[in-house]
Amino acid sequence: MKKKYSIYSLVKNSLSDNQNWKKMWRNPEPRKFYDVIIVGGGGHGLGTAYYLAKEHGLKNIAVIEKGWLGGGNTGRNTTIIRSNYLWDESAHLYEHSLKLWENLSAELNYNIMFSQRGVLNLAHNEHDVKEIRRRVSANKLNGIDSEWVDPNQIKKLVPIMNTENCRYPVLGASYQPRAGVARHDAVAWGYAMRADELGVDIIQNCEVKKIRTAKGKVQGVETSKGFIRSNRVGVVASGHTSVLAATAGIKLPLQSKALQALVSEPIKPVINTVVMSNAVHAYVSQSDKGELVIGAGTDGYNSYTQRGGYNIIEDTIRAIVELYPIFGKMKMLRQWGGIVDITPDASPILSKCEVEGLYFNCGWGTGGFKATPGSANVFAHTIAKNKAHKINAPFSVDRFVSGRLVDEHGAAAVAH
Amino acid sequence: MFTIRCPYCGERDQSEFSNGGEAHVARPKDPEQISDREWSEYVFIRANPKGIYYERWVHTHGCKKWFNAVRNTSTDEILKVYKIGENPPPLKEFKNTIKTPSGEPDVGSGNFSVKKP
Repeated sequence: MKKKYSIYSLVKNSLSDNQNWKKMWRNPEPRKFYDVIIVGGGGHGLGTAYYLAKEHGLKNIAVIEKGWLGGGNTGRNTTIIRSNYLWDESAHLYEHSLKLWENLSAELNYNIMFSQRGVLNLAHNEHDVKEIRRRVSANKLNGIDSEWVDPNQIKKLVPIMNTENCRYPVLGASYQPRAGVARHDAVAWGYAMRADELGVDIIQNCEVKKIRTAKGKVQGVETSKGFIRSNRVGVVASGHTSVLAATAGIKLPLQSKALQALVSEPIKPVINTVVMSNAVHAYVSQSDKGELVIGAGTDGYNSYTQRGGYNIIEDTIRAIVELYPIFGKMKMLRQWGGIVDITPDASPILSKCEVEGLYFNCGWGTGGFKATPGSANVFAHTIAKNKAHKINAPFSVDRFVSGRLVDEHGAAAVAH
Repeated sequence: MFTIRCPYCGERDQSEFSNGGEAHVARPKDPEQISDREWSEYVFIRANPKGIYYERWVHTHGCKKWFNAVRNTSTDEILKVYKIGENPPPLKEFKNTIKTPSGEPDVGSGNFSVKKP
């Protein structure tokens, strides 16, 4: 690795007033031809390029991004990482990812600030209790650290939570200690830097306008910087995947909606784990800066506006204040929206399609950040070998024809 | 957040309405004759355009009636509202409201490549 970060490099650069840090990646002009083109420079796309170069020995790769790196959903999520999903297929995928997260800072030699502070998924009624206990058991069978905790144990973990005097009292929760959060920008930057060192061309401010195909094979992409030829194109464009797929004549079972998040003014540490609640729809964690990071539900209509309605924020804030009365007088600093691509079964699509050489990594909906390394890793395998990895084989787009869906609406935890 | 002109009640806040997804999706006439793939298209695949979108809304916290709307999904601008049973307005009626090839609005968007420097 060329750029090595250490205590020594920190001291050395601070002596020169931090003026001599090297650029983390080049800013090349696109070549005429690439072996593989990845459309979309978020975490999943940059990670795919990194694993293609590192694990599959491909050299001539481009990542094409219409804006700036990590400016889409990679920089807009609430940074929660966990793997406590119900079905075997999802558990394997998200656990594969969590194992990669645990070693990612070391692998990239770049601090992604992965903090395993645990996640609580709250139960507020008898049905929740049964459903979450079932999920805990399913997790244990898949070797995932998940346990049922009662309200007393929850009180110990999160003393500020109002578990009793509320409209929907807290009856228990699942707890996954290995879950946590990471700094989402650093994930994109870390992958970008190491992919760039392995020879990947990262082309920013270049929009892919059309995927060109002929005789059932992919020919390349038409971009705002001209046509770029390639036999293999991987589309990792989250909310805009449908738009790109349509240019190649492909219909995918995706609906794009705005998902909002917001952060508060920074305060001293009050909550040292991630708390999520499906039933009242409130989830919150505290960032290292001290801001509360809050995720809302999706706005209930298709949109590409990266905004969303105030009523959705009001719903989630109402639930947060009921669960944590101590937050009642806090001020919110920023609010934003990202466009998420939702599938009918709330599970992703990592798949080939009927056009040869065209691959899709999409449908992550409201919870793709946690899967970034795992998704990138198996998607790189799918592109390199033209065959799904055994982990992403169940997430083929053909499942909507065969009917073998992976229904994760319960574990997805965000209303949509 | 925007307002919607309900054809029965007039202009109201969007939060009074619920969205019913794509409009004018016809159930296959002979479901037992069609292939699994065609059935899958009917069940799972819906239009998801960036730009002109024909959709259904219901005035949940109002008259509770269903109606159709034409909306530009890149700006959330509602271009037309019409009642159930009426013919959908032709696409060409709205084409000139879309300024860029991808349907991206020139303001309020992260897409710099379609903006003038």
